[in-house]
Amino acid sequence: MSRKPVSKAPAGKQDKSLDQPKPKARMVTVYIMGKRHVVPEHATIMRAIEYSGQQIIRGAGCREGFCGACGTIYRLPGDYKIHSGLACTTLVQEGMSLTQIPAVPMEKAIYDVEKLSPDVDTIKRLYPVVFRCVACNTCTKSCPQGIQVMDYIQAAKRGDIAAIMDLSFDCVACGLCALRCPAEIVQHKVGVLGRRLYGRYLAKESKELGARIKQVESGQFDEEYASLMGMDKASLSKMYYERDIEP
Amino acid sequence: MYPEYLAGSLKEVDRTRAKRLELAKSGNPVYPPMNAEERKDVLSKYHPDFTKGARSKIRVGPNKGEELTTEITELLEAHSMVEPRLMDIHLREPDYETDLLIIGGGGAGCWAAITAMQNGVNSMLVTKLRLGDSNSMMSEGGMQAAVAPQDSPTRHYLDAIGGGHFENNPELVRILTEDGPEVVKELERLGVIWDKQADGTMQVLHGGGTSRKRMVSCRDYIGAIITRTLMDEVHNHPDKIQVREFEPAVELVLDDKGRCSGAILYSLDTEQFLTVKAKATIITTGGFGRLHIRGFATTNHYGATGDGLVMAYRAGAKLAFMDSVQYHPTGAVFPEQIAGFLITEKIRGAGGQPLNKNGELFVFPREPRDIESAAIIRECSADRNMGVETYAGRTGVWLDSPIIDMIHGEGFTKHQFPGMCRQFNRFGIDITKQPMLIYPSLHYQNGGVEINGRCETNIPGLYVAGEASGGVHGRNRLMGNSVLDYNVFGRRAGQHASEYAKSVTLGKLNLDHVTSHVKELKANKIETDLVSPMILPSYTPEDVKIQQLARLGSAPARHSMLRSRISPGDKRSAAE
Ligand code: SF4
Ligand code: SF4
Ligand code: FES
Repeated sequence: MSRKPVSKAPAGKQDKSLDQPKPKARMVTVYIMGKRHVVPEHATIMRAIEYSGQQIIRGAGCREGFCGACGTIYRLPGDYKIHSGLACTTLVQEGMSLTQIPAVPMEKAIYDVEKLSPDVDTIKRLYPVVFRCVACNTCTKSCPQGIQVMDYIQAAKRGDIAAIMDLSFDCVACGLCALRCPAEIVQHKVGVLGRRLYGRYLAKESKELGARIKQVESGQFDEEYASLMGMDKASLSKMYYERDIEP
Repeated sequence: MYPEYLAGSLKEVDRTRAKRLELAKSGNPVYPPMNAEERKDVLSKYHPDFTKGARSKIRVGPNKGEELTTEITELLEAHSMVEPRLMDIHLREPDYETDLLIIGGGGAGCWAAITAMQNGVNSMLVTKLRLGDSNSMMSEGGMQAAVAPQDSPTRHYLDAIGGGHFENNPELVRILTEDGPEVVKELERLGVIWDKQADGTMQVLHGGGTSRKRMVSCRDYIGAIITRTLMDEVHNHPDKIQVREFEPAVELVLDDKGRCSGAILYSLDTEQFLTVKAKATIITTGGFGRLHIRGFATTNHYGATGDGLVMAYRAGAKLAFMDSVQYHPTGAVFPEQIAGFLITEKIRGAGGQPLNKNGELFVFPREPRDIESAAIIRECSADRNMGVETYAGRTGVWLDSPIIDMIHGEGFTKHQFPGMCRQFNRFGIDITKQPMLIYPSLHYQNGGVEINGRCETNIPGLYVAGEASGGVHGRNRLMGNSVLDYNVFGRRAGQHASEYAKSVTLGKLNLDHVTSHVKELKANKIETDLVSPMILPSYTPEDVKIQQLARLGSAPARHSMLRSRISPGDKRSAAE
């Protein structure tokens, strides 16, 4: 695009969402739930849906790729594949035919983390379905976060909790993998379980943390707090600006 | 990939890097931090809170006569969605009854439900979107907690209160800082994975305004890791915590003694108004970034429309510090698709440096947020004109990220900032090789409903915790203190409110405060087409909105059209 730089927008106009596309923005044709709409080519799927006049209720959350509310499946012309992505971070393309997934039904195992062990027995008991995995890799291919989903499911089969944690760390729980899985596995629920088991049982304990909590409980800071809370603004300010800063 | 027209400025950044790296390694500040006068000067001249029209006097309710953020004043002077006359029968025969109603399903709400349950009280958690859809989910960089031996909770206190310009409520700051280490432990017990060194020592980093390294983290997904853990715990107790999604509260309900006794919910699926009778109520509705204060882009969640403030205010709760807004210094400016996207402060904590178009440092990278933001706005302003312009009409400064690996060793960025790397990789930018272009983005509601150390408001039976509350951060919050806030006060609100719920017997429910609000609007001759709470922002193009209005023939509303219906008999101003 070789447009001349437009005059600098005032701070008040720096908004991604209220900012309507410039009249000359190149447009593309997309099909939203089967209906044809012409939308700006630089729009994300989410903004394209809104540009078409719809108010999204189910299907938008963080709008930045963290929450997994916006799972979307689409096809492209001349391509037999079903693609999946997050509506908030995927750009539209000419001829794209798309629909959002309002919710992904799945059952979560109920457990008391205090009573679990970080091993394969727990996985067997809570999510026996992982053993149905046929290693087809469809989940990995459908993950918008680029996570090696199959690998963490395989890790679950081995009871390798650390690997589940590490591999599933960035999962946004969009459920797109679960929808495509021929073995009907609920991947991201397994991921959450693995991460919680790791944090609770396998992470090395921090000694200084325990020591600090003891100090607080024994009232070691009470006096200092009392004196800080009793200070007037001027002396507090002096102390603040004179405090030393760790490099 | 950066376009050709930015290549010149990018070269400048590369050119100055070796020198800046030397500075960073010297152990001294890479740029002199501002003193009190310099801070005051840059704030008063460049911070958006101080621009013309940023504040206006509110004419109704408990804060009447005070100057509040203009967009908040408008929302508080708007119509209710509920017609009290039509709700009588539902108030007598509520749709739901519970001991504890929690409004808002972010981190604070989940914690409140968990601690109430631990205290033997069952609850109902209602939320506008899905459980966990919140700003809590989106925090990236870290949480402050004085866990390191060279640090102390009292140092944390001093940093927080200094960052808040000495206006924070001391009692709340003490609770915040004193509970920090315990919260770290409690979260770990629930299964949160902290970044640690090989021997188990907590990894701590600097954040803006910290005098000790105090930022604990979960790579750059702290919000997601904590919130998903809390959600999972909530879902593990379906018999004790009832979750209702897509059913936001729109008004509180009081009893004949003026105690909060529940709320009216509005089902987004069926458009029904549902009544909940509750012995105690906790508001954990979060912030207001989606009001796009002063037209700024926001880092906030879709549902961040300040609903809790509106409900609480109409019921008579007092607000504190609602004249100040936090702009995060580093929102993305390029590429256009992710304009406003939060670039975690941890980047600067790890050594990232803001640079002007000539690749020069112009501010200490870790000033408190309001100062850092104002300094960036100043650098881009016509007074200095040292910003970098994009063809989309935005201006920003560089945030040098490649320097981070040079300081900490190769691979550090990739491991510590997977979220940032992924987001920019989608657009062909490798942040370990090239800087990011940034500008301040609307981030946090500093003030909120006034609370005391027990999370109580001036309305008996109404508790508030997290971003919806006011007083913890004064007029400026430091990085990592909001994650701490929702954990500390969410927990406490659950404990205190459940204790209160054990002994209370409610009287007759009413919505008289809504009736009085209508009268007050009339008495003050306030004409408005706005209906609040806003529930969802509208990003429908103006021309479409106008066509949607054929039925009522009014001006386009600023909020979701689905909820803009006020009865045709009501006066609507066509001024907008
Ligand atoms: S692992 Fe599955 S649920 Fe998680 S982000 Fe990837 S596709 Fe979505
Ligand atoms: S899609 Fe299902 S069966 Fe296929 S690899 Fe993934 S988990 Fe296994
Ligand atoms: S809206 Fe949250 S991931 Fe897309």
